[in-house]
Amino acid sequence: MSQRQVLQVFEQYQKSRTQFVQTVAELASRPQNIETLQNAGVMSLLRPLLLDIVPTIQQTAALALGRLANYNDDLAEAVVKGDILPQLVYSLAEQNRFYKKAAAFVLRAVSKHSPQLAQSVVDCGALDALVICLEEFDPGVKESAAWALGYIARHNAELAQAVVDAGAVPLLVLCIQEPELSLKRIAASALSDICKHSPELAQTVVDAGAIAHLAQMILNPDAKLKRQVFSALSQIAKHSVDLAEMVVEAEIFPAVLTCLKDSDEYVKKNVATLIREIAKHTPELAQLIVNAGGVAAVVDYVGEARGNVRLPGVMMLGYVAAHSENLAMAVIVSKGVVQLAIALSEERDDHIQAAIAWALGQIGRHTPEHAKAVAVANVLPKLLQCYLRADVSEDLQTKSKKALKNILQKCVHLPALEPLLHDAPANVLKHVVGQFSKVLPHDSKARRLFVTSGGLKKIQEIKSEPGSALAEYVNTINNCYPEEIVKYYSPGYSDALLERVEQFQPTA
Amino acid sequence: MAAMVRLQRQINSLVEETYARKNEAEESRNPEYVSAVKIQSWFRATRCRSYLKHLNSSAVNIQRKWRGFLGRKYFRILIQNGVFILKLNYYNSMASKIQKVWRGYYIRKYIFNYYSRKRYLEALQVKNEIVRSELDEYAEQQAQIQQRMADEQERNNKIYAARKNHHLLSTEVIPGIYNSPFLPFPSEQEYELRSVKPLGIRRKKGDKSNRFDPAWKSYNLPRPEKLPPLVSKPQGPFREPQEVQEQRYKGFKPSLRVATNYYSLDEARKQMKAEEWVARINDDIFLPVKSRDPQYQKLLYTTSKYGHLPYGTKYFREEFLDKHITPMPFKTLVPPIPVFDKLNDTYSQGQV
Repeated sequence: MSQRQVLQVFEQYQKSRTQFVQTVAELASRPQNIETLQNAGVMSLLRPLLLDIVPTIQQTAALALGRLANYNDDLAEAVVKGDILPQLVYSLAEQNRFYKKAAAFVLRAVSKHSPQLAQSVVDCGALDALVICLEEFDPGVKESAAWALGYIARHNAELAQAVVDAGAVPLLVLCIQEPELSLKRIAASALSDICKHSPELAQTVVDAGAIAHLAQMILNPDAKLKRQVFSALSQIAKHSVDLAEMVVEAEIFPAVLTCLKDSDEYVKKNVATLIREIAKHTPELAQLIVNAGGVAAVVDYVGEARGNVRLPGVMMLGYVAAHSENLAMAVIVSKGVVQLAIALSEERDDHIQAAIAWALGQIGRHTPEHAKAVAVANVLPKLLQCYLRADVSEDLQTKSKKALKNILQKCVHLPALEPLLHDAPANVLKHVVGQFSKVLPHDSKARRLFVTSGGLKKIQEIKSEPGSALAEYVNTINNCYPEEIVKYYSPGYSDALLERVEQFQPTA
Repeated sequence: MAAMVRLQRQINSLVEETYARKNEAEESRNPEYVSAVKIQSWFRATRCRSYLKHLNSSAVNIQRKWRGFLGRKYFRILIQNGVFILKLNYYNSMASKIQKVWRGYYIRKYIFNYYSRKRYLEALQVKNEIVRSELDEYAEQQAQIQQRMADEQERNNKIYAARKNHHLLSTEVIPGIYNSPFLPFPSEQEYELRSVKPLGIRRKKGDKSNRFDPAWKSYNLPRPEKLPPLVSKPQGPFREPQEVQEQRYKGFKPSLRVATNYYSLDEARKQMKAEEWVARINDDIFLPVKSRDPQYQKLLYTTSKYGHLPYGTKYFREEFLDKHITPMPFKTLVPPIPVFDKLNDTYSQGQV
């Protein structure tokens, strides 16, 4: 046997290993093959290949594992159970950048499924290794490390706290400042995932100086980056007044409004969410947004968007209007009510309708002036319809009832109330009749109109239990009219008249 | 005695009268007794009744007085309360009148100013209009940019398709499919084909897609690379001949460091000294008036009761002069940089 022949054996072995691992990686990229691969015991075969002497084989094995783990949580579980993670974490610090990328990919794929899996990744000490990867020179490595950190932090506050404690935040903030768009995007998304859990975490991110850098990227032309940036800013702003003020202090205000006209749906949605999160905290912040013309922009946005994208805009209008009557008036003069009324009739989903009903209730509950503005937009019948629909969800029912009640208790615009007399159920009718009973004693024209429009007749037909509030209101209304009119309109009056004819004794 | 005799004579009648009287008395005694009892009982009853009447009237009198007293007392209290309530109501109504006016004034002055609210809302409407128009402009601009990019893309696609199908171009002799001889003029496609160059056979450069990128979805797997075969002919990439020529015939430009004499500093010093010597008027150094020899003052830290080191008075550092390798003092020199020294010898002077 010559030396060549001996070496040939090894060469052949290496070749077939390479081929195996490459084929598995290729197969793992198609979902339909995964079952078969799993049944064939691919996990136990890939594991030793992670320790192979040839770097290419190691990388490809890691890649194949990542793809398998990415597919579902059972396979991810299998990766955890197979004790593969410690190897990966160990080699994350040792190997070259290609391997680091592949290893970070596996960690990401495992931790994306559930908090438990992410916790097991953390328990392997992956965080420190990933944070070290963030200091790497190669942007690809940084990107995959940031991605994995984001997926770990996304699950719950403890995991996010663990990521923060590993010192990832300052490095992620540095990553945002890198020139590569994809890295920026992923770092912003990771920051957003960290911030979303608690005020303390958001404060940590703010302390690392993230807001200034995020605010700089608002006008970036890349839509996907903008999505993440706005999402991160809104996650920061949502927790407390102080954080929201810090976001506002980054001078984002007239600039973000232009992004409401962006061509990308999600950018628009995230911007609207950001504005909502800022506006909801205090009247001052809401006032600031109103003064910057934000309400007009959001109203336009509500008019243009459809479905779930509309929701944050609607809620923002509700929050602004809830703060004070002045702000509610600002929403009204910005034509917000009309737009909300249109949205209410367009949207079919219960949760969006509930949000719109809530917002309308917030706008109309301040003064009769506000209630009138809401009532003339012909919103009340629609709200009533929402309340009475058979297949309606409980949330929409309570919200629309609350809104109706809020608006009706302030509304003195009788022409708008009149239709409700005819088709409102007793618990809403109470408020409607109550409003009539408040207005009619003081307004003679309205009394006249009330009779001619058939309102009085309707009032007489109402069956009310004696002693209830409704009966009292009806009584008050009846007292505003002469007895004959009331009698004339009460049901059965013609029979009573005929009775009298029968009993009449003509004088001879 | 006469009396006695008269009595003697009358004795019978007297006895008879006595019996008659006694009988009469005996007869009337019972009715008299009853009558007396009746009279007494009436009298006593009358007396008792009158006493009781007196007692009753006294009690009534007392009660009357007492009740009158209490009644007057309660009546006074009632009157007081009534007046108090009356006044309270009156004051309350007056107070609410004052409060109404004051509140109206205060709110109009400090809290809700109708005109300022109106102004604010009007200004807000104007601002809203401005924002809306700006946003519309921005949206239009964005739409235009997108439209432009789409157009560009479409044009590029068209050109690419034309280049790809360039073989369908008609030749001088055979008309292509877009150049029907039955039509008066060739179709548009034909002109497009004419205007572009065909796609050449592209040489494969360093294939970027072959790079290993495990974290990314789109990449090809790395293949085990073989070493390229050795070739005899010289391989590129070569620089442009023009560039090579220029470098070859470049004039000699020594650096400042190379062009300067090592001893230029010393020479310059010498030169300066000579010049100064020539320009000097008096060899003795001029001294300023003030500088007299001051009394030598010992420094605090050199005066010591233990004496001081004899360095500088008894010995200096160079104690063993016989051990010096040369009597000349060392001259400090910057060590020459070999590259620069070599440069002048090996650098091409421009001859071929």
